[in-house]
Amino acid sequence: MRDCWARPVGDCLETLLAVKNLNVAYRSADGSTQVAVENASCEIGAGEVLGLMGESGCGKTSIALALLGLLGAEQAQVSGSIQFRGKELLTMGEREMREIRGSGISMVFQEPGIALNPVMRVREQVAEVIHAHKQMSWEKCQEEAQSALVRVGLPDTPRIFSAYPHQLSGGQRQRVTLAQALACEPALVIADEPTAAVDARSQQELLRLLQQLQREMGIAILMISHSAEVQARLADRLMVMERGRIVEQGRFEELYRRPSHPCTRAMLRAPMAADDAEELDFATVT
Amino acid sequence: MKVESNLNSGRTEPLLRVTGLSQQFVQRRTLSRSKFTVNAFSDVDLALFAGRTLALVGESGAGKSSLARCVALLDQPTAGKIELEGRDLLALGRKALIPIHGQIQMIFQDPTSAMNPSRSAGEIIAEPLVVQGEGTKAQRRERALHLMEQVGLDPRSEGKRPFEFSGGQRQRLAIARGLALGPRVLIFDEVLSNLDALNQSLILRLLADLQRSHSLAYLHVSHDLRLVSEFADDVALMCEGRIVEQQDARKLFESPKHSYTRDLLATVQSVDSILLERSA
Repeated sequence: MRDCWARPVGDCLETLLAVKNLNVAYRSADGSTQVAVENASCEIGAGEVLGLMGESGCGKTSIALALLGLLGAEQAQVSGSIQFRGKELLTMGEREMREIRGSGISMVFQEPGIALNPVMRVREQVAEVIHAHKQMSWEKCQEEAQSALVRVGLPDTPRIFSAYPHQLSGGQRQRVTLAQALACEPALVIADEPTAAVDARSQQELLRLLQQLQREMGIAILMISHSAEVQARLADRLMVMERGRIVEQGRFEELYRRPSHPCTRAMLRAPMAADDAEELDFATVT
Repeated sequence: MKVESNLNSGRTEPLLRVTGLSQQFVQRRTLSRSKFTVNAFSDVDLALFAGRTLALVGESGAGKSSLARCVALLDQPTAGKIELEGRDLLALGRKALIPIHGQIQMIFQDPTSAMNPSRSAGEIIAEPLVVQGEGTKAQRRERALHLMEQVGLDPRSEGKRPFEFSGGQRQRLAIARGLALGPRVLIFDEVLSNLDALNQSLILRLLADLQRSHSLAYLHVSHDLRLVSEFADDVALMCEGRIVEQQDARKLFESPKHSYTRDLLATVQSVDSILLERSA
């Protein structure tokens, strides 16, 4: 691994999040543990986009959940250190953690259909997030929610604001979750396959929007996606994982032009050479 | 609008031919008696050849999956013909259709929801054989183990449940089940879209190998044009329930005729062109 690239690009970037030797192991019912993340270390600078790639099951989502403090002690053992703006998250109490979730670090999930409440109007769902973090009346929160919905490119009409999730298209629903994630202007957004569930055209629109908002608001993004095209559009740096370990990280273009690990090559250049696939076959088919 | 089909020129008869296929859904407005019809797709012509892959491409809501389900004989179309080697399948009764189901199999996007979670891998693969009443229990098991090997799964994991497999392995399991009855036509509905890049290319390689060794006809529904360019021999483009262009894959990507095709192709960008755009 090229250690020099484990740091944000350029020295001027202030470190927003520093993960050191993170380990995540899930407990199963019979008392044994299953290691999902092993000794992962990385840093994200303020306003930087860090891409995270790896085959399914390699531990990408486990890292995301650990960052948000969503892995309960009864569910998983989490050790190491996660520092957000200099504060240690792993030892933080639930009350303080709740302050950070949503307004410091927020998340956009892959399936907006599952992430949204099906029996709640979308404006209320966004207002809920604002209400949890700001001392404002519910009416004021709803107004803010409307402007958050407009900011993510949804039409400014009551039909959209008072719609239920099932009345919106997949792309529109994903915009609603994006509005939720951005409503409290967090410093870091974790996007877990945000465009995997929508078609090519909406995917392109969503990525453009995300890029534009990221620049305007100066947010940092941890972009989890297995699509090389998605990463190419947004990521400044890229991190590649294989079976719980970070095997390579560096500037996106550098890794794309000269990947040193076979896993990176496979991720960035599907279709790959046949012998490369042979080499990796054992990882998936055993 | 009819699209002239240049797929037949100088080639053998198609294995499966679809002509003028349409499907309508009748719906009722909420709290009202007035009915209205929604066209899922109308007047679709397709031809599938042994050993070739036809990709069905379009945006979400274009009617791809509805069409695929009708071709797989899982849903009833409202009008049109589906012929397997000249035999009109929609004219057949339910009984006569049962063995035909073994010839045309469909594999779905989400293998998890397509499988009974409480059955073992071996049972899942052998299920179609049970339904069709083929072989003894021992013969079915032997066939299941053989199929697992064929799709690159370890036969020793025959006793595992679906959730114990990874996403890519589960899709292999679904493919093995699809092959159980020795079909001649396989229909794939977005089977690659839940997989990572590595598994996508491994599954594509598996599908190509199977197609060659069994001379299968594939209908592959996908919205990912970049992937389609890797596996398709012919491409049919669907927009709002109609096929707007049907072409040899290479010709379609090099010189798209329809404006919708050009539009859609413009959304596909290679990593190189994105990087170029970013550095500019």
